Amino acid sequence: MIQQKFPRVGLLLRFSKGKIHYFVIAFIASMFGTVFDFLTPQVIRITVDSVIGDKPFSLPAFFAEKVDLNAVRELFRTNLLWCAGFILLFSILSGLCTYIRITINAKGAEGMIRRMRDALYSHIQKLPFRWHVRHQTGDIIQRCTMDVDLIRNFIANQFLDIIRTIFLIVFALSIMFTMNVKMSLTALVFIPIIIAYSGIFYAKIGKKFKVADEAEGELSAGVQENLTGVRVVRAFGREKYEIDRFDEKNNRFSNLWIKLGYVLGSYWGIGDLITGLQILTIIALGTVETVHGNITLGEFLVFISYNTTLIWPIRGLGRILSEMSKTGVSLSRINYIFQAEEERDNPDDITPPLTEDIVFEHVSYTYEGAKPVLKNIDFTIRKGSTFAILGGTGSGKSTLMHLLNRLYDLPDGCGRITIGGVDIRHIRRDWLRGNIGMVLQEPFLFSKTIRENIAVCCPEASEEDIRRMARVACVDRSILNFANGYDTIVGERGVTLSGGQKQRVAIARMLMQKAPIMIFDDSLSAVDTETDSQIRRALQDNLGDSTVILISHRITTLMQADQILVMENGQIEEMGTHEQLVKQDGIYKKIYDIQMNQQDKLLTEKEGE
Amino acid sequence: MAFYEETQSKKSLDIKIWAKMLPFFKPYRWLLLSIVLLMLGSAGIDVIFPLFQRYAVDRFIMEGSLSQLGFFIAFYAALVLIQTGIVIVFSRQAMSVEMQVGRDLKRASFVHLQKLSLSFYNVNSVGYLLARVMSDTGRIGSMIAWGLVDILWALAYVVGVFISMFLLNGKLALLIAVVVPLIAILTVFFQNKLLNNNRRIRKMNSRISGAYNEGIVGAKTSKTLVIEEKNLREFQKESKEMYQTMLHGYKLSAIYIPSILFFSSIATALVLARGGYLVMNQALQFGTFSAFISYAVGIFEPIQQLARTFSNVIATQANIERVSGLLEKPEEITDTPEVIEKYGDSFHPKKENWEPIKGDIEFEDVSFKYPDGNEYVLEHFNLKIPAGTNVAIVGETGAGKSTLVNLACRFFEPTSGRVLIDGRDYRERSQLWLHSNIGYVLQNPHLFSGTLRENIRYGNLEATDEDIERVAKSVSADTVVANLENGYDSDVGEGGDCLSTGEKQLVSFARAVLADPRIFVLDEATSSIDTQTEQLIQNAIGNLLKNRTSFLIAHRLSTIRQADLILVVKDGRIVEQGTHMELMKKRGAYFELYSKQFAEEAAMQVLR
Repeated sequence: MIQQKFPRVGLLLRFSKGKIHYFVIAFIASMFGTVFDFLTPQVIRITVDSVIGDKPFSLPAFFAEKVDLNAVRELFRTNLLWCAGFILLFSILSGLCTYIRITINAKGAEGMIRRMRDALYSHIQKLPFRWHVRHQTGDIIQRCTMDVDLIRNFIANQFLDIIRTIFLIVFALSIMFTMNVKMSLTALVFIPIIIAYSGIFYAKIGKKFKVADEAEGELSAGVQENLTGVRVVRAFGREKYEIDRFDEKNNRFSNLWIKLGYVLGSYWGIGDLITGLQILTIIALGTVETVHGNITLGEFLVFISYNTTLIWPIRGLGRILSEMSKTGVSLSRINYIFQAEEERDNPDDITPPLTEDIVFEHVSYTYEGAKPVLKNIDFTIRKGSTFAILGGTGSGKSTLMHLLNRLYDLPDGCGRITIGGVDIRHIRRDWLRGNIGMVLQEPFLFSKTIRENIAVCCPEASEEDIRRMARVACVDRSILNFANGYDTIVGERGVTLSGGQKQRVAIARMLMQKAPIMIFDDSLSAVDTETDSQIRRALQDNLGDSTVILISHRITTLMQADQILVMENGQIEEMGTHEQLVKQDGIYKKIYDIQMNQQDKLLTEKEGE
Repeated sequence: MAFYEETQSKKSLDIKIWAKMLPFFKPYRWLLLSIVLLMLGSAGIDVIFPLFQRYAVDRFIMEGSLSQLGFFIAFYAALVLIQTGIVIVFSRQAMSVEMQVGRDLKRASFVHLQKLSLSFYNVNSVGYLLARVMSDTGRIGSMIAWGLVDILWALAYVVGVFISMFLLNGKLALLIAVVVPLIAILTVFFQNKLLNNNRRIRKMNSRISGAYNEGIVGAKTSKTLVIEEKNLREFQKESKEMYQTMLHGYKLSAIYIPSILFFSSIATALVLARGGYLVMNQALQFGTFSAFISYAVGIFEPIQQLARTFSNVIATQANIERVSGLLEKPEEITDTPEVIEKYGDSFHPKKENWEPIKGDIEFEDVSFKYPDGNEYVLEHFNLKIPAGTNVAIVGETGAGKSTLVNLACRFFEPTSGRVLIDGRDYRERSQLWLHSNIGYVLQNPHLFSGTLRENIRYGNLEATDEDIERVAKSVSADTVVANLENGYDSDVGEGGDCLSTGEKQLVSFARAVLADPRIFVLDEATSSIDTQTEQLIQNAIGNLLKNRTSFLIAHRLSTIRQADLILVVKDGRIVEQGTHMELMKKRGAYFELYSKQFAEEAAMQVLR
């Protein structure tokens, strides 16, 4: 158990570094606040017993020596506003403590949570791509939001509440014991009962809450499914059926909560009963003690007042304690993310110029738990050349590119990839990726304006530059056609970019990188042939000395490349220039024949049937 | 996952808005009335408790006698017991009202959503609608129940305490009364600020969730662009704003709570000074004095509660407006009373009056624009589709290929002109009649969570297990079943996520065939499906189309080629129509599309 809890506490300590003093100050303020709160009933006691009544002042000896109590008493008697003044004074002091406690504690707690949020975000960004593939987005977001919020609630509210309540109990009881032992013991007996009662109740009812929450989840999921599948529902005319299913879940959910209401109602009621009986016991006992002269009337009133102050925080304590286990669970869920290892460069990794030849040497690769995707691949991409790869789904062509920009790292003994003779595993990742521009087949655009998307790598880029790259990617005109032009926010309601438009915006974005190596991973697939060739022509004029790697199924896209690689089943099938490959009687030739002669073929095909 | 910033109304209390909820309160009026009575009782008892203290002081302590203490205890305990009973009963009833009103509202919203046209769904996202059905209704229910409890108890308690105080000593009571409006004003002032702050926090929360979402979904892109640091800096801006917003909220509470306590101690101080003076002059009994101090300390929480609940009630108006806005949204496609009279509505069909359907479809001078669009996408369109014809609709993504399908299925109705089914305007028959005769397979087939069998049975709720298995076999969906551990009783997961797209498609074919529709609509998948499944799907399509009028939103050459009629859509308009051969000869838009597709498919085939 302790070992299990340790990393959780460690996590909290990690984020509280340099912030502990906030919590200490908040606790001290809270202590003083409690003391001042407890002084008010004392003022009432003294007023009742010694100002209105005739009992001698019972003040700590410290005061008694310095002040002429009789003079004070006379002063107070003639003007009771002095007593009132003390009440206001303590109220102001207590208020000040409350202010300090809340604001300082918030600074510490919210500061910690802010750090945790930032650290989570940063950490997730830096986790290897492998990790992202293995985890579900929804689950991770839930940890980053709901779990963080539970932890926040614990640090910001519950933690101090627990300490305060414990301090309150100890402080109040120690004063109460000095007044009357018998009554204090009676009050004390009830405390564990009340804490245990609510603690056990919330621990027990936790399961019922969970069932009810799950029923709500089911209902919500059912509604969501119905709304998502609205076309299917309508097309099959299943509205009635859907409503019946909805009713079933809706009723179950409501009834579970109504039943929970029964349990909660009894809990609250019995809680009130125990509390009420405790107060009654104290009042009755206090009355007896006062009548017997064991305590004064003022003390009687103070005692009742302290006792009432104690009851509510104690009732809350049981609940908080039982909910602490939830915080523990959340902490370990967050810890799980932090324990995954970030991509980290070695300190001696270098940043060599990347305008050099790229060499794949005997590269083999296997994804975890899958068949090998690359088998002993060996080829060279000359600097400044255009290199094309033709391959089917699952032939391993995209894996080649993922390895080249180190989204995945080659394990030892699986060959190596070098640029200018340097193994890329010794090149700093940011340097490598920054110098390799890559457009994916299904590109991801951020929900920002189109302008910001294109300039995401270089926020200082001029409008001129952005427009120029958009023109090269043949997307400038489409963008201007949107009502808000370059200020259109991607993904906002009503504005949807087609697959082709997204690809072209991604191309423009990549061009802004002005990288010496550029990869187009099937990134013109959603663009029609004409735009495709237009983009390629514009690229030709703007690429400069960059090394270009093209992946496609279209011969027209590939044929002008300096070198064409044909991949199949993770192996190199053919390699050469277009002229060389057309002369060989291989896959490339076959596809070339089909695609180049398709127009005649298409026309004769149907007639031949 | 979607993240919404919700608009909030900033109005003051508006009875008209609450009146809209009247039909939903009405069934529970007796329950609500009993809550009212219980709260009055409970508040009354709470007012009495300090008087016990008074009695104890005056009767026992001041007189130094303990006679009748037992009676005192018994009476006190009895009241505690009654109070316990009241708490148990009212909390049950309040919970019951909360849940039942919430349930009824959820049901009304859901039922209404089943009637709203698809154009409504095009402009409102699922996340937005889900929030209306689930959270707004819940909040309204809880406000009606617990808001009533809180307001009534607090109001009754405050009034009761004042009555009791005035009965005990009018002048002293006035002293306390002076402070009350101050507290009320202060609370309303701070509550509004706190509510606004809470709204900002909720907004920030959804922005932060959104940021995490982008950070995770876009991780690959961020890595290739090396913008992790930039992303982090942008995120830090958000988290900083969140931090500041939270601190602001705490600061508000940090000022609010002590101020309230300060005003409350003014009351205590006044009672102490004035009351003490009266006691010294024997104008006031000690017990009354102590009861007054208890009242002075105890009255301020209920006053705050009143003000707080009141702000919440006003905040709930925004939820009511959103829900009633949804409920009042008119249904755009409705059957006329005559049609309902004859054929029944979607919930009570009169199937005995339904004519059998042949499957002739005719667009007669149809013009159409989407309700949310400005431009006509069809103008004076005429097309006769004899029963059994296979119509393929081709065009780029987003070119508007589904318009014709939407019209034929009556998901939308023509802006002008008519759509005839078997020679009669389809508005002369019920929607359910048409929909019962249509089979529909979506591009990304939507399955419901549940078993495979349940999903197929969706096509025909009366089908036997044998029917289901026979139909599944006919479209090769039995191959999917063979891969699953529990066969037809395997769970397909949420939205069918346990199956691949190809498998989902086969299951949705089975579902459509089971309905044995005369009209069949297929939106073919664009995503690549493995060779084997692809072949199965092609065979299944062949089986499906036989003898059925069909609309195919087609992407595969083989599907396109076998169509009797091909419609080519570009920029929302039909630019060409004819058979494959006719269109190829034209060398127009179809030729271009077909060539591109051919090149891709051919390459894929060779590379396999």
